[in-house]
Amino acid sequence: MSDQARKDTPQQTEFRDYCRDWLQQNRPSEPPVRLPLSPLEIMTTEQLDYLQTWQKSAYDAGLIGCDYPQAVGGGGRTDCQRVANEEMIRARTPFLPNVIGLGMAAPTVFYHGQEALKERLLPRLFSGEDIWCQGFSEPGAGSDLANVQTFAERSGDKWVINGHKVWTSLAHFAEWMILLLRTDKSHKYDGLSYFVVPIRSALGKGVTVRPLIKMTGETGFNEVIFDNLEVDDSYRLDELGKGWQVAMTTLLHERGAGELQTPRAGGMKSKSTHATNSANLIDLARECVRDGKPAAADPLLRDRIMQQVIREAGLAQNQRRARVPALLDHPMRVQLQNKLLASEIAQDTAALALEVEGASASLYMGDEHAPAGGQWPLAYMNSYGMTIAAGTSEVQRNILGERVLGLPKSK
Amino acid sequence: MAQSDNFGFGEEAALLKESARKFLGDNFPTDRLHALVAGDHTPERMSDCAWEQGLWQQMVDLGWAMLAVPEKAGGVGMPLVAVAGLVEELGRAAFPCPLMSTLNSTYVLSACGDAGLPALEEIAGGSAATLAITNRDGSWNAADTDVHCRDGKLSGSAWYVQDARKVSRLLVSAHSPAGLSLYWVAADAPGVTILPDAIVDLTRDQAHISFEQVEATAVSDNALAALHQAMPAIWTTLAADMVGAAEWQLQTTVEYASTRQQFDHPLGFFQAVKHPLVDVMIQIDQSKSLVYSAACAIAEEPARALQDAHMAKASASETAAYASGRSVQCHGGIGFTWECFAHLYFKRQKHSQMLWGDAAWHRSRLAQLLIGEVA
Repeated sequence: MSDQARKDTPQQTEFRDYCRDWLQQNRPSEPPVRLPLSPLEIMTTEQLDYLQTWQKSAYDAGLIGCDYPQAVGGGGRTDCQRVANEEMIRARTPFLPNVIGLGMAAPTVFYHGQEALKERLLPRLFSGEDIWCQGFSEPGAGSDLANVQTFAERSGDKWVINGHKVWTSLAHFAEWMILLLRTDKSHKYDGLSYFVVPIRSALGKGVTVRPLIKMTGETGFNEVIFDNLEVDDSYRLDELGKGWQVAMTTLLHERGAGELQTPRAGGMKSKSTHATNSANLIDLARECVRDGKPAAADPLLRDRIMQQVIREAGLAQNQRRARVPALLDHPMRVQLQNKLLASEIAQDTAALALEVEGASASLYMGDEHAPAGGQWPLAYMNSYGMTIAAGTSEVQRNILGERVLGLPKSK
Repeated sequence: MAQSDNFGFGEEAALLKESARKFLGDNFPTDRLHALVAGDHTPERMSDCAWEQGLWQQMVDLGWAMLAVPEKAGGVGMPLVAVAGLVEELGRAAFPCPLMSTLNSTYVLSACGDAGLPALEEIAGGSAATLAITNRDGSWNAADTDVHCRDGKLSGSAWYVQDARKVSRLLVSAHSPAGLSLYWVAADAPGVTILPDAIVDLTRDQAHISFEQVEATAVSDNALAALHQAMPAIWTTLAADMVGAAEWQLQTTVEYASTRQQFDHPLGFFQAVKHPLVDVMIQIDQSKSLVYSAACAIAEEPARALQDAHMAKASASETAAYASGRSVQCHGGIGFTWECFAHLYFKRQKHSQMLWGDAAWHRSRLAQLLIGEVA
């Protein structure tokens, strides 16, 4: 019996057995194409088709949206998404492509949308038939997110939207966007409102999606331009002027601190996936040679590798301690550190891996001699996406300093 | 074997931690600590071992000194996570007392089988004890001692002995004809001379001890096994103290940064001050999680105990260093003075960092476990 299974409620036990059986019989076949590192780097329709087919079958089997009510397409269970996730990871299934929909749009729509909207949008979100993207950042609104200028002007029952969103992952495949915009120019925070917007059907008719190319050379995110896009008022979430509060629900879930568990899979081991962790770093240090000996024999590198091992273990044990109130001085103190810590630890691990590689750190993905297929330089560069996206590390430190330590708000 | 989700930290442990915090908060605020230990500021001062024996006696009466003593020796037999919670609070108060030394002795004696029971019963009866197992070089390897035993009598010297003047019993490791052995000795036995060290830390006392033909009771002829078994608990307990002390450093510095004004704003308004304080918090939380995870592993998954305890002490030593540095730096000029309380914790943490192995020492042993010998 696994560690997790020992603590299951009877309902969870039954569900776990079901998931395990289903996954054993329905584990997807090997992908016909090379998969990207994460859903955010899906580039081709072949990749997307394969992953969407998998998400749809997992949803139809009840492994996605488990804890949402049945009325909105969920499973109507309690605390069972965690179980499904554990079993999907155990079965090493591919990741779920509709990551922004599941992790951010779903809880936001669920908590702030009208019933009819939830019933219409969430089933196709869970099944992955509708891919979702997030329209938050703008050229002039990065860390200062509340400075968004994309504007919706009322026109009868409709709104007419103009503006420019950036860093929009998956927008090139997305049917829907969660969109933070301005409905009132005289108030910074209270002038914001929140919409869900169909963008695929409006391509060329008010919406333009253009790819942005990352420093790694990969595509995957985009800029989205709104030019007099007309949307119905029924697509608004929560009240007018409450956009900032709604956005907080999204961000809390994006940073892994929300109430609703996000469906997660993605344990599939293949050449196409590569985890930026210290276990892989140790393997690398055994293979790479430095001064005629394995890098893993170098006392200085061993010390620095252990520093990363310890930080990773600390992060993992933080998650465990987050559920023991008697060992928390402040209820959100540990959760709010997750995103910051995970991204900075991964960045430092990747940076150290490049030192371990030595001369061969110069070799990139197209070189047959590159250690681990050139994944470490890729991971190192991509790690800056993690320390910047979803609130930069600097913004995270402001949040922690102000909300947890109670220090005065910085400008 | 699976571990408890909550580290095994139950209601009883939570109550103990809470009552320790209240007891120390009520009875031993930091100004009282300062008044007690910071009388002589001269760098050449001798260590004067000032402590509140009355408060310590109350703690003994509350049963805190025998928490880790097994029930069959008359103790409470509480799990290490509960003990860690108590020690964290003592570290927060930087309370000078022989609790940690007594706990350390308890862990070693508990690893000696039935032969350890008589000594454990003395601890359960209120006797404080400490380990005298370190040599002149300050080696943290359990096999290294400068004490020998011949014909049942101890000779030689033990160094870096903690709380030597606050305890009535010593647990001594010595080379004997049988190998490395452990002995239980009264601190005032004939032939025992306690020579106090003049130390940086004002909240502790430390000594080297000379043994001249000292009659001793043998506890174990396999000291190495007992010490190796006890070490993870010793490191984890000290790490818990350091986490508590670091939290005091953080909260005190945050308070100062929230009130002290410069450039028309409280210091904490500026990110140059705010962000390092957040980093102190992050490091504390990592260390704290690792402390309770190690404490839980020691009780519930012994195969992981050694590696988890190395992680806890390595992490706590780094946290202590960083929290200490920031606590003085962010107080600015006043932080550099004797009258600001920051130096009391700064010095206690410096002492704790090296005690029972510093961060690099623990990481090098962790690397042996996780990477192994690589040719």
